[in-house]
Amino acid sequence: MSARAPLRYGLPLLAFAALAALLWQGLGRDPKLVPSPLVGKPAPAFALPSLRDPARIVGTEDMRGRAALLNVWASWCTACRQEHPLLMRIAREEGVVIYGLNYKDRREDALRWLDGLGDPYRWSAHDLKGRVGIDWGVYGVPETFVLDARGIIRYKHVGPIDEKVWRERLAPLLARLSAEAGEDAR
Amino acid sequence: MRTLAARPVLLAAALAWTAAAGAAAIEPREFSTPEQDALYHELIGELRCLVCQNQNLAESDAPLAKDLRDEIAKMVREGRGREEVIDFLVARYGDFVRYRPPLRRDTWLLWAGPFVLLAAGLAALVLVLRRRQAAVSGPPPPDPEALARARALLGGGRSDAGGGDGAP
Repeated sequence: MSARAPLRYGLPLLAFAALAALLWQGLGRDPKLVPSPLVGKPAPAFALPSLRDPARIVGTEDMRGRAALLNVWASWCTACRQEHPLLMRIAREEGVVIYGLNYKDRREDALRWLDGLGDPYRWSAHDLKGRVGIDWGVYGVPETFVLDARGIIRYKHVGPIDEKVWRERLAPLLARLSAEAGEDAR
Repeated sequence: MRTLAARPVLLAAALAWTAAAGAAAIEPREFSTPEQDALYHELIGELRCLVCQNQNLAESDAPLAKDLRDEIAKMVREGRGREEVIDFLVARYGDFVRYRPPLRRDTWLLWAGPFVLLAAGLAALVLVLRRRQAAVSGPPPPDPEALARARALLGGGRSDAGGGDGAP
């Protein structure tokens, strides 16, 4: 019997350790983060009236040529307010190109928001019905897509961008994409 | 069920209760055929809401769930099939929207896992039962030669040990 002891006690212990390790690493994950199938694919096409000038149509075509961010935002979204100062700073001081997708928002509310807090966007497309949001797989505002110069989605961040996300994720990726674009142009 | 249907008052009460329980599920939607209606309800029952993650699209009150129900209703009215609607959503939101994930190389464990565990459990059960069976039936019968020798020793050692031969 003593020869079997390692198997008798070792096996369940090993199984327990494996299960514990599996569950432990699951604890650290945010179940709200759903990986986007759009990463690595061309940005879904859209053409929407611009928020400031409804007569002007803006869309996917206008985002080509430079690595950029597309930020999905709304005036009713409190987390957008949280990330807004950072967007202002990177647009003004670091020259980051940011486009806006204003999601299911009233024009007046959205414009008042931009006028009050500042406008970090080259333009904001007005997605009143949220139909373009569906094409982009938006499920929680704010969301930020990183686009390369050819209009391919390279990364998606769900939730407000904070210093850490900007410094560790988005800024290095944008720098790399800009470098790539520079090589393409040569 | 038949008795319920025979009593319209009860039925109405039951319907009212259901309506209160799942307001999202009773949005009036017109479809031209009963098949489309059935397909629509099947789809919203089995696709998952991304906002309230443990609800399907039928149950969720989230605005996005309503938008997606609108979109699915539109596609169903256009005569698109079940797979087409599911592909549409998976292309945008990923496999996450499916409560019934596809069988692929990275999902086989999900599908086979429970059966593998069941098989392992059954195997362990059989092993344990066999071992217990062996323990209950006692030690194997002694070697007849050894038995004879033992009897001879016992019988020859003490002549007064009556009935030595009669040992069972």
